[in-house]
Amino acid sequence: MVKIEIDGKALEVEYGSTIIDAADKVGIAIPRFCYHKKLSVAANCRMCLVQVEKFAKPLPACATPVADGMKIFTRSKEAVEAQQSVMEFLLINHPLDCPICDQGGECDLQDIAVAYGASGSRYTEEKRVVINKNIGPLISTDMTRCIQCTRCVRFLKEVGGMQELGLINRGEHAEITAYVDKSVNSELSGNIIDLCPVGALTSKPFRYTARGWELTRRPSIAPHDGLGSHIEVHVKDNKVMRVLPREKESINECWLSDRDRYSYEGLNSPDRLKTPMIKHNGTWAETDWKTALEFAAGQLKDITKQYGGDALGVLVSPNSTMEEGYLIKQLAHGLGCDNVDYRLRQTDFRLDGKRVGTPWMGCNIQEIEELDRILLIGSNLRNEHPLLAQRFRKAVNNGAELSIVSPLDNDPLMDIAHKVIVRPNDMVNILGQILKAMSKIQRLSLCLPPSLELLLSNIKVRDNTQAMAESLAGLGGEIDLIAPKVGIFLGNMALSDPRFTEMYSMAEAIGGICGAKGGILPASANSTGMHLMGVMPCTLGMHARAMLEAPRRAYLLLNIEPELDCQHAALANAAMAQAECVVALTAFKSAALENADVLLPIAPFTETSGTFMSMEGRVQSFQAVAKPLGECRPAWKVLRVLANTLGLKDFDFDSSEQVKDKIFNGEKPSAVVWRSMNNNLKELVEIQVNVKDHGLQRIGEVPQYESDPIVRRSAPLQKTKYNTKPMARMRAEQIAALGLVEGETVLVKQDKGSAVLQVKLDSHVAMGCVRVTASHEGSVGLGDLMGDITVEKHTVEVNQQEAETA
Amino acid sequence: MATKEMKARVTKTKAPVMSALKGQTLLCLRTLTEKNPASLATYEQLGGYTQLKRLVTEKVKAVDIITQVKVSGLRGRGGAGFPTGLKWSFMPRYFDGTKYLVCNSDEGEPGTFKDRDILRYNPHQLIEGMAIAAYTLGARVGYNYIHGEIWQDYEIFEAALQEARAAGYIGENLFGTNFSVDLYAVHGYGAYICGEETALIESIEGKKGQPRFKPPFPASYGVFGKPTNVNNTESFASIPWILQHGGQAFAELGVPNSGGTKLFSVSGHVEKPGNFEVKMGTTFKELLDMADGVWKGRKLKAVIPGGPSTPVMTADMIMNATMDYDGLSKAGSSLGAGSMIVMDETTCMVKTLKRLSYFFFEESCGQCTPCREGTGWVYRIINRITEGNGKMEDLDLLTDVSSNISGRTICALGDAAATPVLSFIKHFRLEFEYYIQHGKSMVDGK
Repeated sequence: MVKIEIDGKALEVEYGSTIIDAADKVGIAIPRFCYHKKLSVAANCRMCLVQVEKFAKPLPACATPVADGMKIFTRSKEAVEAQQSVMEFLLINHPLDCPICDQGGECDLQDIAVAYGASGSRYTEEKRVVINKNIGPLISTDMTRCIQCTRCVRFLKEVGGMQELGLINRGEHAEITAYVDKSVNSELSGNIIDLCPVGALTSKPFRYTARGWELTRRPSIAPHDGLGSHIEVHVKDNKVMRVLPREKESINECWLSDRDRYSYEGLNSPDRLKTPMIKHNGTWAETDWKTALEFAAGQLKDITKQYGGDALGVLVSPNSTMEEGYLIKQLAHGLGCDNVDYRLRQTDFRLDGKRVGTPWMGCNIQEIEELDRILLIGSNLRNEHPLLAQRFRKAVNNGAELSIVSPLDNDPLMDIAHKVIVRPNDMVNILGQILKAMSKIQRLSLCLPPSLELLLSNIKVRDNTQAMAESLAGLGGEIDLIAPKVGIFLGNMALSDPRFTEMYSMAEAIGGICGAKGGILPASANSTGMHLMGVMPCTLGMHARAMLEAPRRAYLLLNIEPELDCQHAALANAAMAQAECVVALTAFKSAALENADVLLPIAPFTETSGTFMSMEGRVQSFQAVAKPLGECRPAWKVLRVLANTLGLKDFDFDSSEQVKDKIFNGEKPSAVVWRSMNNNLKELVEIQVNVKDHGLQRIGEVPQYESDPIVRRSAPLQKTKYNTKPMARMRAEQIAALGLVEGETVLVKQDKGSAVLQVKLDSHVAMGCVRVTASHEGSVGLGDLMGDITVEKHTVEVNQQEAETA
Repeated sequence: MATKEMKARVTKTKAPVMSALKGQTLLCLRTLTEKNPASLATYEQLGGYTQLKRLVTEKVKAVDIITQVKVSGLRGRGGAGFPTGLKWSFMPRYFDGTKYLVCNSDEGEPGTFKDRDILRYNPHQLIEGMAIAAYTLGARVGYNYIHGEIWQDYEIFEAALQEARAAGYIGENLFGTNFSVDLYAVHGYGAYICGEETALIESIEGKKGQPRFKPPFPASYGVFGKPTNVNNTESFASIPWILQHGGQAFAELGVPNSGGTKLFSVSGHVEKPGNFEVKMGTTFKELLDMADGVWKGRKLKAVIPGGPSTPVMTADMIMNATMDYDGLSKAGSSLGAGSMIVMDETTCMVKTLKRLSYFFFEESCGQCTPCREGTGWVYRIINRITEGNGKMEDLDLLTDVSSNISGRTICALGDAAATPVLSFIKHFRLEFEYYIQHGKSMVDGK
């Protein structure tokens, strides 16, 4: 500790901290523009100049480390003079356009100018004008307002992982710009709007729609991934105008992914369902709640009465709240139905009943930064968990070694120590190699089920997997680590894979040897919560996939678009089409719900209260930030009334809090979570050693801006580069091997379904794979996300045949 | 790469006329009197590389070498005048990794052209100096960063490096010992800011030349984040002589606190502009005489003694001054890099300042607010004055704006930009006032 004095206040601060850190800690305000606690120090704006005893010149507080006995004056004549002069320089070329600037009212420059600026300007020369840049559909630029603090440049480089903006030219001609003809494509790009201390970077969708002071700011939780980011929703006249991050160091720090920031545009989409609707003789008609609920209840009751509860299938979105999940499960049970599931994008359910507890990410989000060795299995991290990827990046920048086993070679924008890019089917073999190498390094004889032993005995360890095993064991690298902190995580592609059980068992065994933390990275806002509450079949019921494979007579859908949210789009589509009755609780009208019989308008997360449980097991409740649109009602209320209409007991909840209390039985949620989170398996699980392999495999990841109904309707996100229609993406060798050329139209077949797609060169795809993205109307004819696929030339005859059959 | 053409150019580099060297003490340019001054043979013939060989083969201790450099009183010739020996002692002795050496040949200030003559006429002495420094400081790799606008000299130096490499003066296991050093030439693209040592380091790393905040200083965080010693070309070129003749002898060449010789680039209104290597403490009058005096027999008006970043001096101020650190400091300016710009009575100081402030306006890197915004403001005011639209309060505004730039930026460019404005207005205020009142120059009436 170092003893210093700021403005006469004696302090003890940590050795190595800067003056600005020390001042911030005790609440002494030093003005700043370029300094940001999460970014490297640039010391270029010079706004934070302070006087330090024994120094002839004022020093920048952001870059000056404290020294013992230092006496600092932030408000002395010399300091204030320096600060005022910098303020004057900043303002001479800054346009006086606050009245038409979106930043007005929430602008650092404006605020600090009030405190440090003069009332008039001494500058009478011509002002500088800088041409605006088009950096994409999310961020608007007014570069004349820029004060060259370079926060945006540093953010994209240091946090985003790729320098997409830079300062070109010298002196007064210096300007921030993207690469020639390029936009800013980072999935975290919106954060530079928050960082910009002036109105140079503002939100494009929000532009000119409201003033900061007209907005009511209400806290909420982001609903699009399992991170549970804290957000602040800004509302005007009951309409969500924008979403900003709420600082939460242990979760989202002060950042937010673009998906969480811009998805609100989907809430205001014309697709919103405002009144209940019933289909009569194939045509939709608006109706009132009473009629709709009685109709729905009547249908559900009739079918379950006549054919038993098993005739009903209940599919629940993992983005729904815990309260909604609980109620729909109880409702299904009340109808004698155990076919309830939230795991819509899973194929492999062999681990059901074999887990000790609820699978989760196996550590705290913050702990990721501290890992020394990381193994990532089947995850396109930036696509699946854009903001979580940034924590991994921090770990790697801190010296962690990252190993990747995946069918996709997408750049995570961090250094990769080792990677193996193979077909999904072969990933099991690769993990087996790592396990074998690991057991040799540790000289352990493993206690494994016979099937795993058999698999391992036939495996030959190759150099790259040997290197991975050594890395995980702490060997290799510059310095051997005695006890490395290891993290092993399975991503969405592993979770959707038909061989998930094998991958999970291997990962568990590898993790067991090297003492790793980790687990799965659940895709959705409430995946872990749904599992905790058991929104899935117990013993007799059917899981999500089975409900579609053996079509039910009736379906109850919560918050999903079946063909876009289910693993097997074609199956989902067919199941809905043949059902006698489909009751959908949905916030949106959707072509995917054309086969429904009744639509009950429910409120999206902004218009209801509820609880999400994040991937790290954090139970976070939120309140509605706006009133429900039109006749929409919170889903928990709809479910309660539907249950009442059905005459079911124990549905007398008056608030979502009561439902929550019921879920946790009055216990502290954290206590329940602590008891329940467990990635271990109860028993050794037999695995399939030899699987049929038909050759080509599909990689059907869900693009990040197609992940749920709200995101799919956010116009600005749909305009980004991440939104591309499905194509048959293959690497050059694969295209050649199939005798195809890039740009050609091909017929892609899976199971009984097919899609006509264009061949696209994609060097990130493993040999033997075709990457066809899911959750898009262009690929809804296809089957499993990760499964066998065939590609053939799409000839004119095929067209004619199709025309004839049509 | 040294092409045949380059080699031809090296051998063709002609020696200047002998009579021009009267009164000079050739030390950094000691090959200047020879036929092929830049060639290895010439340098070897004059005893070149003997010091490097002696130090390396006799395994002379680094501390002894640094002591000699300290005794010599050699101060940084790039303009700051920081004692070289002291700087060398800042380099960490033990470091697990590569240490670097950088020679700053990026002289880009108007009127500065001394280092190019070392590169052109005596590159081997520089190479030997760098190699000795590398040996002393334990640097494995060295770069000579050469200004982008002196391409020929870059080629000459590159050719000299090849000669030295071929002759075994740089490279692996020199003279059969385990000492190895690699030296490379790097050329910039003409940005003045890259002469600032940390901007230069950024440029070597392939980045945009922008100064870093100090501390950390290059000695702990330099090229590629490794300990790095940066010295000026002339400083390095002085090293072999110091070690050959001893630090004391070097110190005795000059005056107390300013050891050795110094290259002065004399330009402007003199009969014979050029570089002059003279002993420290030589009087201004002597130096002016070497340049054959003010041209056309005109009267001396003002002198910028060390480059535009040093305060301008009136004729009265400089006439009796001696050309060394303390001498010029006492007379009210500083030695800088020894770039003496001489101005006769026909010079309009307002227009001169306009040109100088335009230079700093164009060369500011744009990183720090005061310099980025202030240099443009200053230039625009002076420009407005020269267009006849000046106001009396502009002079106070100029002084104020310049003072606000000075001392409030990461590097010294801000101070450099402020110095001429402050000193010109201080010493020639009347001329500025006349220009504002009459809308034309007091000197040339235009």
